[in-house]
Amino acid sequence: MLEARSLKYAVGGKTLLENISFRLEAGQMLSIIGPNGAGKSTLLRLLSGEMKPDSGQIELLGRPLSSYRPLELALERAVLTQRREINFPFDAYEVAFLGRLPHLERRAENLQDHQVTERALSQTGALQFATRRYQTLSGGEQSRVDLARVLAQEPRLLLLDEPTNHLDPKHQVEILALCRRLAQAGWGVLTVLHDLNLAGLFSDHILLLHQGRMEALGQPAEVLQPARLQAVYGLPFIQTQHPSGRPWVMPLAEAALSHSKEPLAC
Amino acid sequence: MQPSSFYKASSRYRSTLLALGLLLPLVVLISAGIGAYYIPPQEIPRILWERSEQAYAVLVSVRFPRVLLALLVGALLALSGAVMQGLFRNPLADPGLIGVSAGAALGAAVFIILIPGAGILEVYALPLAAFVGGLLATLAVWFMASSDGRVQTLTLLLAGIAINALAGALIGLLITRATDEQLRSLTFWTLGGYSGATWGGLAAMAPTALLAFWGLMRLARPLNALVLGESEAFHLGVHLERFKRQAVALAALAVGTAVAAAGGVGFIGLVAPHLFRLMAGPDHRYLLAGSVLLGAGLSVLADLIARTVASPAELPVGVVTSLLGAPFFIWLLLRFKQGAAR
Repeated sequence: MLEARSLKYAVGGKTLLENISFRLEAGQMLSIIGPNGAGKSTLLRLLSGEMKPDSGQIELLGRPLSSYRPLELALERAVLTQRREINFPFDAYEVAFLGRLPHLERRAENLQDHQVTERALSQTGALQFATRRYQTLSGGEQSRVDLARVLAQEPRLLLLDEPTNHLDPKHQVEILALCRRLAQAGWGVLTVLHDLNLAGLFSDHILLLHQGRMEALGQPAEVLQPARLQAVYGLPFIQTQHPSGRPWVMPLAEAALSHSKEPLAC
Repeated sequence: MQPSSFYKASSRYRSTLLALGLLLPLVVLISAGIGAYYIPPQEIPRILWERSEQAYAVLVSVRFPRVLLALLVGALLALSGAVMQGLFRNPLADPGLIGVSAGAALGAAVFIILIPGAGILEVYALPLAAFVGGLLATLAVWFMASSDGRVQTLTLLLAGIAINALAGALIGLLITRATDEQLRSLTFWTLGGYSGATWGGLAAMAPTALLAFWGLMRLARPLNALVLGESEAFHLGVHLERFKRQAVALAALAVGTAVAAAGGVGFIGLVAPHLFRLMAGPDHRYLLAGSVLLGAGLSVLADLIARTVASPAELPVGVVTSLLGAPFFIWLLLRFKQGAAR
């Protein structure tokens, strides 16, 4: 469904991404993890078509990404970004309904558009505050409305930049379980995640980025190796097992904790 | 699945538009009727039909050109105000932000002060000078803000502020050379007014006005997407650079036409979209049409006040819109402040 081949992207002489290659098949969920500044969001921008790679190719559904017009792209893929700042008094339902825009280019809205929007809001648990002003919602509630907007777009490929940001543990798990169900229903799902264990629990594959390069790509158990994580995050990790059989990793914070016993003299 | 309850929410938009659409003809009739020679508004349709009385002559040669000019200018300013607020994603944006009003004022100043004794030419040449000045200023803003075929919205805003300041300074320079009479003409032009309305003038502004209306009304969908941000608008299928080009060019055309015909009429472009958002909501698919109706109605009412309140003298309509618009705007700000604190 989505294939990247030797992507490279540099800004002002600084290489942000280099030699990135992977495939995402329909029906799969791929998570990108890595420390701050590893290039996760930049990669997502290249994959969404918002920026062009300096070299390398991206193919979406067998066609070069650069050959799509913006509207064609919007009918195939939806993107959840992290920033949200709406200066007009839209209510949450109207924001979610914006996901229908690409479909309304050449026809008027109908009942089905509203049913799709309503279903998306109920899938992300946002229906009960759909009539409230978006600006007055909490960060987590806004996140769920934004995700509903992306689902209402009814794409085949979802690109999600930290969809669990601002969410409490219950909603984090619910949203990722929803992503997983969408993948099982045949969508392609690509998420950027910071929580290694959530990535490990819900993804088919994990791509670990470090300083703009692919450190590892594979199944969660292969990627979430303590030695590899220590090399990337600069912190020792231990691995145990989640009841599901998936890997569970924890940073060993001993060093940091023992330091904190010393007085804070500056 | 049962019919969506939210589907009906858009009826609030539709009923507001319907009410405004019904009110506007009433405002037009009332405004056309009131004046030094009073014509009962309810008689106007009959008078127009029978074409006989003296009232018919007054209506056709004096009142209607003026009311139509007010209507057209108000609609143009309000529509471009709504589009600029959407483009800059800021409810405080004003159609003058892209330099067109200041450029038009500079064009008018150059014409009034540097071309002496224009006299009879002035009726047609002054609007043309203002129109050209407005478009040139916007062109300058656009080129200042673009690099590699892309335009940064923030740079566009800053370039607009710079051009506004520059035009103001140049007008100031010109004023040092102006005679008292020229100064008076310029001041009155700046304050705006519809007293110069003629059928010929209306016909002259019709092509650019209609082009701007047609083009701006089609921007509702990308404006809605832009509410989320520029990247998000692209993700929703908007061709960003093409959209910005169209929005700026068409708004410059609209404001240039309005300012050329009526001088500086303030606050309508800012206030009309706000009023519609308060009455119905922010969805641009309805907001654009609503702003047109509200801007037209407000402008006609402002002109009615301008020519009747101090009769037989006439106030500049820009004074009326600002006198009423500024307190409204302050009230709006206070309301938002309370809303934010709640």
